[in-house]
Amino acid sequence: MAAMLIDISLVGFMLAIALMIMFSHRLFAIIVMSGAYSLISAAMFVNLDAVDVAFTEAAVGAGFSTVLFLAAMAWLPAEEKRDKALVVLPLMICIVVGALLLWGVMSLPALGDPSSVVHQHVAPRYLAESYDKLHIPNVVTTVLASYRGFDTLGETIVIFTAGIGVLLILTGATGRKPSDDDTKGDDDEK
Amino acid sequence: MKNNPVLRVCSKVLFAPIILYGLYVQFHGDYGPGGGFQAGVIIAAAFILYGMIFSLKNLKKVTPPSVVHALMGIGALIYGGVGVVTFLNGGEYLNYNYLAADYAKGQHWGIILVEFGVGLTVASTILGLFMAFAGFEFSEFKKRKRR
Repeated sequence: MAAMLIDISLVGFMLAIALMIMFSHRLFAIIVMSGAYSLISAAMFVNLDAVDVAFTEAAVGAGFSTVLFLAAMAWLPAEEKRDKALVVLPLMICIVVGALLLWGVMSLPALGDPSSVVHQHVAPRYLAESYDKLHIPNVVTTVLASYRGFDTLGETIVIFTAGIGVLLILTGATGRKPSDDDTKGDDDEK
Repeated sequence: MKNNPVLRVCSKVLFAPIILYGLYVQFHGDYGPGGGFQAGVIIAAAFILYGMIFSLKNLKKVTPPSVVHALMGIGALIYGGVGVVTFLNGGEYLNYNYLAADYAKGQHWGIILVEFGVGLTVASTILGLFMAFAGFEFSEFKKRKRR
């Protein structure tokens, strides 16, 4: 019951913040509020007993993304350009997609249902044998680093590659010898 | 923001505990929530805080970008290297049982090393991204393009 009340108030907060983001035109306020939105979803993950996920959400979603947005804000105007035109088509698309998503949620198994498909595959084996075999109490860590070590290697490589890509774009390193050809197409730049 | 005494004192007081907490999350991940990904972000956050208060120039003196960029690759290589070691010891790739004589000890070592690699990559990637974003100069960017 308490968890239910906490969930309802958290969802209420999230809805309020989403509405505030929609109706605010100041970029700084929007960035700070999206950080708060991430923090509340982290609290929600704690309520679902997914502490590791909550940790990541709080550190990356609420912390680092906000810092990056603030750093990028220096290059943007402080106020959003106001657009008074009525937007019917995007609204229709949002309503239809939202309805479809709600319809999809209906056929999901109940939260924490032990007989649902995801809890029948490999999870019972991991939970049963993890401590006896690996002597490590945190099952999340053993699944992440040992049972699914290959996937985590891929994840690390993804972070590495993404970092290199962004660094290459921002520092402008092209890997080519500077030549006059690069002046072409400069006009489409703003 | 260096001239604001509140920010300066708070960031100086917080810097060491944040790093300590990051190391705790990194190496205590076997027993409690946490691990390389989270610890990497926390440790990077300490340096980002320093950079925001004491200017990017000073941050670049503490963590030179060339070192940070090298650490990005080294972290991924540590992870891959653990796999190569298990491979050479006669097991499958990333089968930590082959890291030590006792398989439980091997698993423990494997997970700690792998998480360390993840933490190194995540921390240096985030720090590198922050420095690139904060030090981004549009005029420089255009000049470099035009060259």
